[in-house]
Parts: sequence; structure tokens; C-alpha cells
Amino acid sequence: MTDFISYPYLSGRLEKTQSAGDQQSEVGKAVRLTPRQLPTGARLIGPLLVLIVWEAASRLGILSPYTLTAPSAAGVAGYGMLADGTLLPHLLASAGRAYAGLFLGVTVGIILALLSGLTRSGEALIDGVVQIKRAVPTLALVPLVIIWLGIGEAMKIFLIFTAVLVPVYINTHAALRGIDIGHVELARTLGLTRGEFIRKVALPGALPGFFVSLRLAVTLCWTALVVLELINTQTGIGYLMNRARDWGQTDVIVVGIFIYAIFGLVSDTVVRLIESRALAYRRALGA
Amino acid sequence: MNVHTSSFSSVSLRNLSRGFGDKTILKDITLEIPKGQFVALLGESGSGKTTLLRALAGLDDDAVTEGEFRRPANTSVLFQDARLLPWMSVIDNLTLGLRRADAKAAALAMLEAVGLGDKANVWPSTLSGGQKQRAALARSLLRRPELLLADEPFGALDALTRIRMHGLLFHLVEQNKPTVVLVTHDVDEALLLSDRILVLKDGRIAEDHQVDLPHPRSLGHLAFIELRRMLLASFGVEHNLI
Repeated sequence: MTDFISYPYLSGRLEKTQSAGDQQSEVGKAVRLTPRQLPTGARLIGPLLVLIVWEAASRLGILSPYTLTAPSAAGVAGYGMLADGTLLPHLLASAGRAYAGLFLGVTVGIILALLSGLTRSGEALIDGVVQIKRAVPTLALVPLVIIWLGIGEAMKIFLIFTAVLVPVYINTHAALRGIDIGHVELARTLGLTRGEFIRKVALPGALPGFFVSLRLAVTLCWTALVVLELINTQTGIGYLMNRARDWGQTDVIVVGIFIYAIFGLVSDTVVRLIESRALAYRRALGA
Repeated sequence: MNVHTSSFSSVSLRNLSRGFGDKTILKDITLEIPKGQFVALLGESGSGKTTLLRALAGLDDDAVTEGEFRRPANTSVLFQDARLLPWMSVIDNLTLGLRRADAKAAALAMLEAVGLGDKANVWPSTLSGGQKQRAALARSLLRRPELLLADEPFGALDALTRIRMHGLLFHLVEQNKPTVVLVTHDVDEALLLSDRILVLKDGRIAEDHQVDLPHPRSLGHLAFIELRRMLLASFGVEHNLI
């Protein structure tokens, strides 16, 4: 059984023997199991391809403008709305709601995850409640929240807040719970206080999980808007799209979709950027 | 069993037992370790040596002692994996939890002593296995422990690095003379470094040898060879086979 021979001076010869039968592999080079790191901007190749196919289908007459506006036409419409100043107030109104809800959801989500992840009484009180909230669709709460908070801004921000809260809590809590037991033991033997342990060990250890939740949250905060902006408002991207539906303006609907897409992509990129700075110690896969 | 009693004992343990479920891992371990003694805890895998060390370190909340259990408050643990926190620079790992005004300067000096003077500000992930373990050793000794507990700290290192680490550990321990308990399954490691070898078998201390050889020790020393043969035989390894 030569397979079991592992003396270093033999390994070179063994590798050559093995690769002799396989013309594809280079001598002495191990198979790469993880992909190489993607060059900057390469992430956009997929979305661009979708745009090209879509545009081509429109131009070739496969897609009727009544079904779906061509991306170029939507771009022209969007630019026109920006130029005549009709788009910006809606954009700002939506962004204000989305990011107010995001801020509240992330803040409260982190606080609840810390209380629940680091204390027993916190877990007993909080975890079940959040799990129940997770099972209830955000939109199912709309009627109730309207009774509580009325039909104004507070109701909209509150519902975005509750939607964002859940993934932030779940991921951050799981990361805190999944802390390396070896690190906990180390902290004990080094005589760290509870405060030091939380600041120096538990929180940095949970940071990767928190960033996953943040990436989910920055796009989630926009998703509830379309429906929420149906209710008692005349501002917002959701309102614009719903009005366009009534008037049969598919170009305005596509403009709205583009705005969501761009905001989602930009938010995700910003979070990734912050993440790569904050987690610089991790030598990323493929780096 | 040969029990060493001394009014200057550092570790004193009576009737320590530990089981996992129905399985008994440690049974009525009684142990006295004088101050400054270098004890090697020798045993095969599953003999309970790590369990005993964890109990000594105070990391095992379920270990039961019927009698007294004394150990110095200032105890450092050296784990088999270096356990450096990946999100802190090497120097921050060393000073973590260190309550001394000159923590940073002392940590730098200690890094210098283990040959990592130029690695103070790098991430632990950029260090080699041997370098990580040296940083962990520096972290342990920086606390000037009265008791150093080491759980197979060199088990994962290559043979050459291990030899260098033996020299480094011995040299550093000589300076402050902490009491040391070194868990190992390496008979030669135990013989090279320790003043006393305890052989753990089936959850009991089966043998207790004094190693009265002068330092630096030579593998060719007659007494060394004799003790080595005896220890290997107690594990069922006949010396003349190798």
C-alpha cells in the first residue's frame, strides 16, 4: 500500500506518478476548491446581462411596452421625472421612512439580541416573543397597527421597524450563542470581567453574524414600503408605482423597480465595504 | 501511591472525581505539588489527563472534590491550540485582561523573549503554528503565574519546532520558577523538562516518578534511558522494538 507512505522525500515522486495519468493537472499543484476572489465590479455582470436580454427582447418586439417597458425607455422616463422635479420628493419620502425604520430596527434588534444572547432572563423574556413575531407576516399586523398608531408616518415606520428587527435579532443572537467555547474558556482563565468579556470577546465574535443581518436589513426596509405607501399618503415610490398601475404607466412602474434595485445594490455595497474594514482580520476565502 | 506532602505545596487536591454520564474519567485523585515543581502528567489518550488539568484550571464546573482543593489564584493556562483571538493584534492578545500599569511594555519585552518582537502588531492569522504557540506562551508567562497549566501545548507542532519550544519553555520557566503541570503523551518531552512524572491510567495516578537528572538533559544519559524504558514499558511499549 504505497498510498500510506507519507515521507516528504517520497511525496514528490508520488505526485508525479499520480498526475501522469491525468494530463490536465499541473505537477505539484493542488486542486483549487474555492473560487478566486472576484475583481471589483464583476458582481454587476449578472444584472447587466439581464438588462441586455430585456432590452433586446423589447427591441425585437418580443416584449410589448404594455406588458413591460424596455429598460432604456424606463431610464428616459426616470430621467425626465428627475429633471422636472417630480421624482425627488417621492424618493426622499420613501428613503426617510425606510431608513428611519432601518435605524430603529437595527438598534432595537441589537439590544434585544444582546439581552437575550448574554443573559438567561433576557432569553426567557425576549426570544419567544421575537420567534412569534417572526411567524406573523408584517402585513398581517397592518390593521392592528393602524388602530394603534393611526394611518400616518408613525404606522409606516413602526411596521418597517418590526420587519427589520427580526433578521437583525435572529442573526446577531445566533452569532452570540455560537461563540467559540474555547474563547470563553480563555476569557475565564485570563480573569476577564463580564464587561471585558462582552466587549473584547463576545461582541467581536458576533460581528460577522451581525453583518449578515445588516445586509438583509438594508434591503428588507424597502420591501414593506410598496404596500404601506398605499395607505393614506401621496408621497413615496410605492405610491408612485400604484398610481402608475391605475394609469397603465408601465414605464413608471419599472422606474420604481429600478430605484429599489439601485438602492438595494448600493446599500449592500456600503455594508460590504464597512464589513471588510471591520473584519479585516479575516483572510477572506480566495484572497 | 506516593503522596508528597509539603507545607510549601502549591497545589493540593484530595479525592477529585469526575464522570461523564455513567463513565468515570477521574477517580479519587489526590495530589500535592510543591512550589516550583515541574510536573509532567503522562498518559495515553482517554486516560483523563486533560480532564484533570481542566479541573485544576477551574474550568470544570462539574468536577467533584470531596476533600480540599487549593491552588494559587494566579494561574495561567496554556492550551493545545494557541487560542489567540483573531480580531486582536498579537500584542492586544497578550495584554488582554492584564491589570498592570506597564502591560504594554511588559508584553513587548515578553514578545521579544519568545522571538516575536517584530510581530506585535500583526493579526494572529498571519503567524505560523509555532509562532502562535510562542505568543500563547508569552501571554501565559506575562501574568507571572504561580501555577502554569499546559495542556499538550506542543502536540500540534512539528518535531523541530517542538524541540525549540522545549528549550524556550524551560528557559522561561527557570526565570520565574512557577509551579508547572504539563500534560503530555510524549515520554521524551516529560523526561526532558520535568522534575516529576505522574502516569495517569484509567482515571488514577498509577505511577509517580522523581526525575533527578541534571539540566541540560541528554537523551543519551544512562539514567534517562533507564527511566524512558520503564515509562514506555508501563504503556506496553517494548523499548527494543524501535
